[in-house]
Amino acid sequence: MMASHQGKIFFSFLRIGLLGFGGGPSMIPLVHQEVVKQHGWMKDEEFADVLAIANTLPGPIATKMPGYIGFRIGGALGCVSAVLAVILPMIVAMILLLGLFSRYRDVTWVHGMGQGMAPVVMVMMAQLTWDFLNKSRMALGWGFSLLMAGVAAGLIYWLGVHPGLVIGALLVAAMLPPLVKGRSTEEAAQ
Amino acid sequence: MIHAQLFLAFFIPNIIGYGGGPAIIPLIEAEVVGRYDWMNAQEFAEVLGLGNALPSPIATKMAGYVGYEVAGISGVVVAVFATVVPTLLLMLGALGLLYRFRDSPQVKRMSQWVRPVIAIMMAGLVVSFFSEGLAGAGLVHTLIIATATAIALFRFKAHPALVVMGALAYGGLLLG
Repeated sequence: MMASHQGKIFFSFLRIGLLGFGGGPSMIPLVHQEVVKQHGWMKDEEFADVLAIANTLPGPIATKMPGYIGFRIGGALGCVSAVLAVILPMIVAMILLLGLFSRYRDVTWVHGMGQGMAPVVMVMMAQLTWDFLNKSRMALGWGFSLLMAGVAAGLIYWLGVHPGLVIGALLVAAMLPPLVKGRSTEEAAQ
Repeated sequence: MIHAQLFLAFFIPNIIGYGGGPAIIPLIEAEVVGRYDWMNAQEFAEVLGLGNALPSPIATKMAGYVGYEVAGISGVVVAVFATVVPTLLLMLGALGLLYRFRDSPQVKRMSQWVRPVIAIMMAGLVVSFFSEGLAGAGLVHTLIIATATAIALFRFKAHPALVVMGALAYGGLLLG
């Protein structure tokens, strides 16, 4: 009984990991399908709450959700097996495929295959850039978004500040309570 | 020493990267290519390209592969651990607290304020992949592949794995 429950957790998340293309955020509907619709481990509202909370935290969404849900329904073992089921098969696949690729890198056509990759990931990254800018515009407006992006670019690319420091400073600033004093000086400046 | 570096190289991007796995890509690039020089931009493009052709989260695929390249199996364990465990523990430990504050302006601001910075770093990667394309495939082939990729992805909603395979085939036949 117990073993079959753990088995279900493992195979559900294995399916999610093998069917989820396009990075973590695109895997959420699959997690919902297995956890809410297929197995009824969680109710719709609970799932929405957990997703909302996972989104307030940094890090990949597709490991936080399986880890948390696995823990909820199967304890520590469920947590570990859900996370490993999602990530492990494709980590092994990456190492095998790229290992094979590096071994034959000196063959000219294999080398050519590698050179075909930069333009593809350039376009994919351009799409992500647009997604993030657009979401940022919806939350903060164009002016504030571009100002922040510009200042960050200056700090990171021109002054060579580590991006972790720039983002860390922003996170600390974001956590500060909205000061009445700060607001009045802003208003005075306007 | 190498394991401590690996841990930091993946811990930092994951603990500050808001917006899921894709947001972490430029932060990982800053560590793996920029800071520690474990890979050049061309290799990073290959890892990212193949990563996009396979299912499952991108952040753990990159951590696993880079960890393996740098320090073998133990490197995989360290890099993947740094990617998954700290944020998962945060989630398990702070769920009640986060639930109470999930609508607070501070919590909302954290993910909102990080986004423009991530966006500009993604734009930085676009530029870096473009110059890598110029150096490797050359201007004409870069433009052909990029245009075909954009049309396939945006106009025809083609599966990313198909697009990556198409570019591999193009590269193998015409760029070798």
